[in-house]
Amino acid sequence: MARSKELVPGVGRFSRSQVAAKRGLWKGTKKSEKPAVEPTSETVEKTIGGDKNGGKRLVPTSKAPRFYSAEDVRQPKKSRKTAKPPQLRSSITPGTVLILLAGRFRGKRVVFLKQLESGLLLVSGPYKVNGVPLRRVNQAYVIATSTIVDLEGIKLSEELNDAYFAKSSSKGAKSAEEEFFEDGNPKEKEPFPASKAALQKEVDSTLITAIKKTENLGKYLKSSWGLSKGQYPHQMVF
Amino acid sequence: MAFALQDSTFKRFVEVGRVVLLKSGPDAGKIAVIAEIIDHKRAVVDGPTTSVPRQSYPYKHLTLTPLALTKLPRGSRSGAIKKQLEKEDTLTKWNNSEWAKKRAAVEKRRGLNDFARFSVMLEKKKRRDGVRKAVKASKA
Repeated sequence: MARSKELVPGVGRFSRSQVAAKRGLWKGTKKSEKPAVEPTSETVEKTIGGDKNGGKRLVPTSKAPRFYSAEDVRQPKKSRKTAKPPQLRSSITPGTVLILLAGRFRGKRVVFLKQLESGLLLVSGPYKVNGVPLRRVNQAYVIATSTIVDLEGIKLSEELNDAYFAKSSSKGAKSAEEEFFEDGNPKEKEPFPASKAALQKEVDSTLITAIKKTENLGKYLKSSWGLSKGQYPHQMVF
Repeated sequence: MAFALQDSTFKRFVEVGRVVLLKSGPDAGKIAVIAEIIDHKRAVVDGPTTSVPRQSYPYKHLTLTPLALTKLPRGSRSGAIKKQLEKEDTLTKWNNSEWAKKRAAVEKRRGLNDFARFSVMLEKKKRRDGVRKAVKASKA
């Protein structure tokens, strides 16, 4: 709220005292009680492993810096920008058929299920139709078509979130010697967990019954998308 | 009207009552009637039944159609034009013409969505298959 309109840069319509009067400072400013802050203790007791280390030790909470620079170093300003998950395009609603443009399944037409907290789209082929499993996909690499599969009655389990798709951490790097002696055998693949396969089947069964209702929709999802001569995406309706 | 009408190579004339197709501008693609000729470059065009407001239009942005309202006096206003259009049912005649049907088909084809294009491809394959089978059968 600009209480004093700027006439010229540096010159406002109202003087300092007039602005103060407008703000009602003559009423007196409110003083809010700051909630009592619990003082953090200076030291913390931590348990140390190993036999001969004394078991427990008092460790200071904040240590003094190791290095003080001779000149005053300029501190970079703290950025106030927050990264938010991308907004879902209005053309993408649950049940929309999407065309994947990049990645392992580029060119495949898949069914959109929901947007996850990270902003990525949860998508399923269905697996039986075109081999695309429950997968996360970035909105930027997708064309949304105007074809929508009716997802009424579908219940997506609460398990399906970003953590479900997180890659398990690898077991530690092998040394060059070990790898050399492996003789180039393919790395053992862990079998696909049965619970994930069951979840896939559950989601796909509802999808497939919905897909069967429209003629040729199954064939459509099975086929791949591509551009032919004379087709320009900016001139096409999807 | 131009002289030597019987053996003229020109069949469609710019005249009061000529039905025209607007080529560019916000009313592109719509049908209107020439109500009055302004000069060698412009005419007053009016399409009360096709929501074309009465306005001057350069011939450059018009295409003449073979349809015309013969009983229209020069400078007829929108009401009279509307009456005559409804009497001669010009809009239906236009919509049933091959020209208008082709335009509609092209527009439809451009507006097909991805699934529709796929379905069209399936239908074309079916037709092609039927034709080839028939040809083979007739040769046998």
